[in-house]
Amino acid sequence: MAHSNHRRNFMATTLQSVGLAALGGLLWSGYTDSVKASPLVLRPPGALQEKDFLTACIKCGLCAEACVNRDTNIDRDTGKQRKGTLMMAKGGDDALIGTPYFIPLEVPCYMCEEIPCVPVCPSGALDMSSLLNEKKELDINKSKMGLAVVHKESCIAFWGIQCDACYRACPLLDVAITLEYQKNDRTGKHAFLLPVVQDSACTGCGLCEQACVTEEPAIFILPNDIAKGKAGDHYVKGWDAKDQERVGTAKSQTTTTEISKKDADDYLNMEVEY
Amino acid sequence: MTYNRRDFLKNSAAVAAAGAVGLSVPMAAQAKAKQAESEWRWDKAACRFCGTGCGIMLATKEGRIVAVKGDPAAPVNRGLNCIKGYFNAKIMYGADRLKTPLLRMNDKGEFDKKGKFKPVSWERAFDEMEVHIRKALKASGPEGVGVFASGQYTVMEGYAAQKMMKAGFRSNAIDPNARHCMASAVVGFYQTFGIDEPSGCYDDIELTDTIISWGANMAEMHPVLWSRVSDRKLSNPDKVKIVNLSTYTHRTSDIADIEIIFTPNTDLALWNYIAREIVMRDEKEKTIDWDFVKEHMIFATGPTNIGYGMRREGEKSITPVNKDGSAGKYSALEMQTINKEMSKVLSKNEGKALEPYGYKAGDTMKHTAGTLKHWEISFEEYKKSLEPYTLEYTAKVAKGDPNEDIEEFKKKLQALADLYIEKNRKVVSFWTMGMNQHTRGTWCNTLSYNVHFLLNKQAKPGSGAFSLTGQPSACGTAREVGTFCHRLPADMMVKNPKHRKITENGWKVPEGTINPVGNQHIMKIMRDLEDGFMKFAWVNVCNPYQCTADAKHWIKAAREMDNFIVTSDGYPGISAKVSDLVLPSAMIYEKWGAYGNAERRTQAWRQQVLPVGDAMSDTWQWVELSKRFTVGELWGESVLRNGKKLPDIIKDAKKMGYTKDTTMYEILFANKRAKSYKVDTTKFPQQGYDNTECLGDSRNVLGSDGKAWKGYGFMIHEYLFEEYADFGRGHAHDLAPFEVYHKVRGLKWPVVDGKETQWRFNTKYDPYAAKAAKEAGTKDFAFYGTLAKKLAQGDLKGIKDKNKKSLKNKAKIYARPYMDPPEMPDKEYDYWLCTGRVLEHWHSGTMTMRVPELFRAVPEALCYMHPKDAKNKGFKQGGLIWVDSRRGKVKARVETRGRNRVPQGLVYVPWFDEKVFINKVCLDATCPMSKQTDFKKCAVKLYKA
Repeated sequence: MAHSNHRRNFMATTLQSVGLAALGGLLWSGYTDSVKASPLVLRPPGALQEKDFLTACIKCGLCAEACVNRDTNIDRDTGKQRKGTLMMAKGGDDALIGTPYFIPLEVPCYMCEEIPCVPVCPSGALDMSSLLNEKKELDINKSKMGLAVVHKESCIAFWGIQCDACYRACPLLDVAITLEYQKNDRTGKHAFLLPVVQDSACTGCGLCEQACVTEEPAIFILPNDIAKGKAGDHYVKGWDAKDQERVGTAKSQTTTTEISKKDADDYLNMEVEY
Repeated sequence: MTYNRRDFLKNSAAVAAAGAVGLSVPMAAQAKAKQAESEWRWDKAACRFCGTGCGIMLATKEGRIVAVKGDPAAPVNRGLNCIKGYFNAKIMYGADRLKTPLLRMNDKGEFDKKGKFKPVSWERAFDEMEVHIRKALKASGPEGVGVFASGQYTVMEGYAAQKMMKAGFRSNAIDPNARHCMASAVVGFYQTFGIDEPSGCYDDIELTDTIISWGANMAEMHPVLWSRVSDRKLSNPDKVKIVNLSTYTHRTSDIADIEIIFTPNTDLALWNYIAREIVMRDEKEKTIDWDFVKEHMIFATGPTNIGYGMRREGEKSITPVNKDGSAGKYSALEMQTINKEMSKVLSKNEGKALEPYGYKAGDTMKHTAGTLKHWEISFEEYKKSLEPYTLEYTAKVAKGDPNEDIEEFKKKLQALADLYIEKNRKVVSFWTMGMNQHTRGTWCNTLSYNVHFLLNKQAKPGSGAFSLTGQPSACGTAREVGTFCHRLPADMMVKNPKHRKITENGWKVPEGTINPVGNQHIMKIMRDLEDGFMKFAWVNVCNPYQCTADAKHWIKAAREMDNFIVTSDGYPGISAKVSDLVLPSAMIYEKWGAYGNAERRTQAWRQQVLPVGDAMSDTWQWVELSKRFTVGELWGESVLRNGKKLPDIIKDAKKMGYTKDTTMYEILFANKRAKSYKVDTTKFPQQGYDNTECLGDSRNVLGSDGKAWKGYGFMIHEYLFEEYADFGRGHAHDLAPFEVYHKVRGLKWPVVDGKETQWRFNTKYDPYAAKAAKEAGTKDFAFYGTLAKKLAQGDLKGIKDKNKKSLKNKAKIYARPYMDPPEMPDKEYDYWLCTGRVLEHWHSGTMTMRVPELFRAVPEALCYMHPKDAKNKGFKQGGLIWVDSRRGKVKARVETRGRNRVPQGLVYVPWFDEKVFINKVCLDATCPMSKQTDFKKCAVKLYKA
């Protein structure tokens, strides 16, 4: 009961503050169709792939409602206290209106152990099963909200400054961010302590981005598909036994380039210019 | 790229070399630099923050500091910094800088302790101080006027404050926050070497094979030194070993080969275990360097029933004792711990350790107040003192992680002893607050030297026990200048009549001026305020009302008792908030200054910019105050608390040419010598730089007389520095001339014939040692310190022969047992609480919490705890809990992840955050010898908020 009341309240507020007031009477659903979400939006833990997520999310706001962490959070628009990390997108936000998202530099995901935002999702847009560990318990460390990326040129650790603020802020310290020690030949007697993000462990919570002391963070969270490259399955690491598994998905395909798109005889029958 | 790098290396090496031999950087290079910097100016300075002492360069543009860079020529950091150093350009420009004096007033504009702060002129501020100092002197004599001094004072500020206090007011109640930071290290140095400060230097890092960290988190607290340690490890990963000994896992464990997590206070047992291994294995393995030990060492011990530096029976605020167990201003709960100051029943662990001293478990030990007394014993007696520390006993007492296997723990202890003992292996032991903030801190410090001495691994390149300092000028100002209640410049003591005489002569004040009683250390000042004895206290460059343990008592005393508290600061903090008058101070680069770091390196800088608002330097504030007091009113007879009298010295003053009306300003600061230091803006180093104190400045601040400030007209900074330096020159504390420090990147004292000293007491490197050894006919070393160098003879139980024997040029190895701290977890208060710092914030955060990036990085202090403990207590990660002791409680957020991984049974809460005011919870027990507070141990209970 309590839940549905909360939900109604939340919807009411959203509508009041954003929907109708901003759109001058346009129907909310009608408006969303014409707005494209930015590909840079970060979603709550357990969110499906963006395309599927947008289909599945019913914009109920329960996840954002459940997200309560610090009374010190400040809302970027109002400058007032905000209870949690997750926000429901409003007109003008980059996320599709009405969908949940977060901005790490404002309020990162504090990675609550009990993950209150996910079990409340009625639509499966936030997928509990993706957050289960080996013991079948909900485990926030399994979440993949995004991936931290270090911009080496602006990261002062790469200048030799003893910083590693991101490393210390990482809730998976020494697992998701590790330090690489290198000699600093410039001084001859100091070492670089360089932050390295471990793709396999980083949850994308954004605590590192918030802790970064450069004016614009030199470490920041990008959605996984934006942040990551992909090496083809046709080559596996000879030094990494696990990587051999990729052969399983490897397929041989005929290749075509500018030079190979014509038949061989077409090519051969063309005179060589001389 | 390659070319640039090589070029850089060549240049920086040349500059570093130039710095090292006391030469300036070639003018051509300077000129070239100038050309590129027409719009801004680079000048060198020292970093504002820790005891590492990194050199920086500041860029000034349009009267503001706009940028900072690590000084490539600085030998400590060679162009690098940590993240606090990275923000040096921003620390002075927080929006809420104090810009004008503020006085608590009523509606009529009168001072009112219950009034609100309102702006007043500097003149009014000094009027108020004058009135209240007079009142305090009248009520309680010189001991009624106190100063909370600082290890962040510039050399000149500390010297000015100390001079006005000890010669002007004849009060020794000036004691720095450095008391909380390294007083135990100091007493350790005095007891062992007879002279303060480390024998080695940072070059030991590059030269050693083994770095052993005891109760220090260098990775966060001395990051640039840590990067040197990391580099050393990378240079030879198989040979170079790093060991981290701590009560919890922290970042210094990251690259450690061995991590030893021990129970709080049991470092005493660990040091003794290593010494025992050395001594017991000597017969078979020849572990002891007997040639060295016989020639340079004696063995000693002292009383063990010395209490814990808490309040003692009969003190006003714990009188009367009530039936319910409460006493005076202290609750029954608080008294549970305080009562241990008078006596305690020895525990099983203590019983075993104290057996050689004539005690057993279950005995009631009656404590006397802490004493520095000690006497010589034989090697056989020393050996006896080590007997209890078998591997079995030590492991049982010391294992700090309940989940660790005891056999594994034992293996680590053996490996640690082996590293120390291994022939030809160089070993450096580093420590900071873990060993210093300790109710047996002095003991623990001396125990470290024992191990190094027995092995002849001290005062040698790459080997030595090395006490790191926390604050940027804990060494340079607090210790070397002597802004402690018991000290005078250059290791002289107020209780020593010869030292007083030397100082009085140097200061040109009558003999008998200086008060011989110097016992008002920083905790005593707080307690004297609570007792209502001290009536006036002035806070300089520190935040004692946030940083002193058991804070509620002191804040209540400041706000509710009849006293007058003044705080000089750049920003409003807790101390300003509980004060009656707040004075806006010029911050670090808004004044000329000098700092001294942990490796005895003195570094100076010039005033880079004008202070913000009407802020003025602390030197100026002291000198202006001195104008308000005359010979007639300060130098008559006064009665001390102990009943003794300070003599009337007015007659003697007249003989020296002073009159009754001569001001302290004329005697102490604007005397003939002072005026011989000329303001000359046409010459280096003054040319082109502001000098607010000496010349005034374009702000035309209305000064202490209500008129626009136009300057003293002489070079007061140079005067204060030179007069101070003269006390140490020729006495193994030699500093170079003022001007030299403006050319070089610091020099490690003693600076003899223009050369700095890397390893003291070693005849190869230290000219003083060479001289002393030559005179004594010894070789290689001379421990020439002069304090406590004649001892009575005895055994572990006491003095047997009162005749004192000289031990000139020798150092001491001490028998000192393991003992429990006064408050340990029990059924109700079931957790250890440890406090400390984080890399991002400096001390109480007044500067760093105002740098947006640092604030964002670490906005609040967290309570680090073990995930299993959190689970057992039903706490959520990130949830709020109460951390509650017998003294007070604070709310903090649970952190079970991250940088500090504590064992079960212990929590760690940093103290930078005034909103998580952890010093309300902490216990004000101190090392009874050094009077340094133990911020690392007390008992708390935890529950959901």
